[in-house]
Amino acid sequence: MTTAAVGDLVSQPYKYGFVTDIETEKIAKGLSEDVVRLISSKKDEPAFLLDFRLRAYRNWLLMKEPDWAALGYPKIDYQNIIYYAAPKQREKKASLDEVDPKLLETFDKLGIPLSEQKRLSNVAVDAVFDSVSIATTYREKLAEHGVIFCSISEAVKDHPELIERYLGTVVPSNDNYFAALNAAVFSDGSFVFIPKGVDCPMELSTYFRINSGDTGQFERTLIVAEEGASVSYLEGCTAPMFDTNQLHAAVVELVVLDDASIKYSTVQNWYAGDENGVGGIYNFVTKRGQCRGARSRISWTQVETGSAITWKYPSCVLQGADSVGEFYSVALTNNCQQADTGTKMIHVGPRTRSTIVSKGISAGRSSNSYRGLVQVGPKAIGARNYSQCDSMLIGDRAAANTYPYIRSQQPDAAIEHEASTCRISADQLFYLQSRGIGFEEAVSMMVSGFCRDVFNQLPMEFAAEADKLLALKLEGSVG
Amino acid sequence: MIRPDAPLLLEICDLHASVDDQPILHGVNLSIRAGEIHAVMGRNGSGKSTLSKVLAGHPAYRVSAGSVLYRGEDLLALDPEQRARRGVFLGFQYPVEIPGVSNLEFLRVATNARRLEQGHEELDTFAFEDLVRERLELVKMDPAFLERSVNEGFSGGEKKRNEILQMALLDPLVAILDETDSGLDIDALRIVAGGVNQLASPDNATLLITHYQRLLDVITPDYVHVMAAGRILRTGGKELALELEDRGYDWVDAELAALAQAPVEVG
Repeated sequence: MTTAAVGDLVSQPYKYGFVTDIETEKIAKGLSEDVVRLISSKKDEPAFLLDFRLRAYRNWLLMKEPDWAALGYPKIDYQNIIYYAAPKQREKKASLDEVDPKLLETFDKLGIPLSEQKRLSNVAVDAVFDSVSIATTYREKLAEHGVIFCSISEAVKDHPELIERYLGTVVPSNDNYFAALNAAVFSDGSFVFIPKGVDCPMELSTYFRINSGDTGQFERTLIVAEEGASVSYLEGCTAPMFDTNQLHAAVVELVVLDDASIKYSTVQNWYAGDENGVGGIYNFVTKRGQCRGARSRISWTQVETGSAITWKYPSCVLQGADSVGEFYSVALTNNCQQADTGTKMIHVGPRTRSTIVSKGISAGRSSNSYRGLVQVGPKAIGARNYSQCDSMLIGDRAAANTYPYIRSQQPDAAIEHEASTCRISADQLFYLQSRGIGFEEAVSMMVSGFCRDVFNQLPMEFAAEADKLLALKLEGSVG
Repeated sequence: MIRPDAPLLLEICDLHASVDDQPILHGVNLSIRAGEIHAVMGRNGSGKSTLSKVLAGHPAYRVSAGSVLYRGEDLLALDPEQRARRGVFLGFQYPVEIPGVSNLEFLRVATNARRLEQGHEELDTFAFEDLVRERLELVKMDPAFLERSVNEGFSGGEKKRNEILQMALLDPLVAILDETDSGLDIDALRIVAGGVNQLASPDNATLLITHYQRLLDVITPDYVHVMAAGRILRTGGKELALELEDRGYDWVDAELAALAQAPVEVG
């Protein structure tokens, strides 16, 4: 190809890197028991929740930061982080008209219109800005069906019995270092409750935006689907470009009862740092779902494209007989990004089934690891798992690793694992080009072909977005 | 069909090219007018395939000297995709497999890229399906191949049919077919050659790169060029191919040896 064409392929700047200039209420840097109490009192929380936080904090103090992942990063100074930041605005908004226009404008710019007339017609959105939820759309319409969709802070006030019953039951407050940290200081996130027999009438989604430079984001999401209920939920994430690293440690818990299903999709596009690896989000996330009921189902779909560091293993605990767990993942790393991501499928009940499809794409000097555990317990008679882990390398300086762990205590379990590695070859690109297909389109055709099995799982509105996002992220990485 | 007044489509002048710093082409001269069918013959390593890759713009090949004009325009200044859109087509000797990319979608995107360049409207999915089904007839290809990934798991013959199908859709002005006959049984060869013959018109030109006479039994060339050591050593009519078939390539060595003793400008 001519040099002009290579020049055209210079990486596009991160589109979401702007900072909203808004007055923010922040607490002082640092973490202590007083800070945990301060956060809880700011949110006017009931005693059980403060206890939950304090137990978590005390556990966290005794825990060690995990170092088993294939990730390298300088030590995080937990005293140099602000644990609570909220845009200053009048007390809880009664309607969207009272939300600061600057915030609405921010979400407009991100492509998430919150104002009534411009909303996505079939998607309800909870918008979380730094530590707080600023708006949740379509609440009334959902309430007609008995569906609760609100920020977790509001749920604590309005539905404390549900929070007390379910919070921390899937990811205990001492589960791991980052989950404990989250339990101690979590600020906001979404709460979804789908009552018995209800098929949620619209897609639910939460959009997380980090705005402040020195703030950590610790959101916590809890979704409960009662017997026979079903819901599809999507989360999106972006952050401004700063040359310092920011910590994001989230927890997501899913509870699924008999015959219920939750489909949880993520399009993660946190700021990834620049091409030399300066700045970017450290993304340490614990996501786990429990299929408690018979024939229940959890499906995780994730498209991970952002963050300097990704440490994330959305998991399914398959307790109910005949329950099903699925994990579909595309993880793309470019420049100096590092990702160590995968899933855990814990088969407890009889005839439980799980499917894992992981597609890792590594470009630039990045490193992309799949790490997955398939565990079959002694009572999981007739359990089945199918795993497929494919890696695609772009260029000759990127790394891809696969670490599959299989532990079975059930001799008749059927566990299949397939893995492959491929590289976008110059000959494939030339072939497409020699048919009139531009270089970038050729790359994007091949990448989306590689990811198709996963994109097919995304809600329709977002599949095309994901395709575009990947193409954008890869610009300039081949050649 | 030779018409001296037909427009010149391709003018290759003193073309030198190398791959991995290894010079392969040492001054190729060749002019092709509309309506003509040319065959370039020669042994392995004579530079035939390199010539086709250079014309299509493969990034691994470097042009060190010479020029190529395509309808008066500097072909070498264009990206491979621009050449294709303007009507230069390369049928590959070994078409690559592209897992995950649907053949139908690939054909549609390629066809539309060419159509836009020609000033035609893009075809939507339905209009394109109609077109592709009609063109499938030309190469007697099973429509099931449209649903598969590009060339993935295709046999050698199916890959070549897919190449000619692409040629039929892209409507090129200069089609370069690199060893299209290799790996084909006699029936497949007839089908592929039949497609090429039907696509040939007074407005376009075909450059066949081949090893053997058998392709030329079914596609009659207007000119035959013998290539050796990166140059065109001799040019003649279709009888030159027959002569090669008879005498083999040994005489080429003799001519090359003579050239080496008394170097002359070739072309």
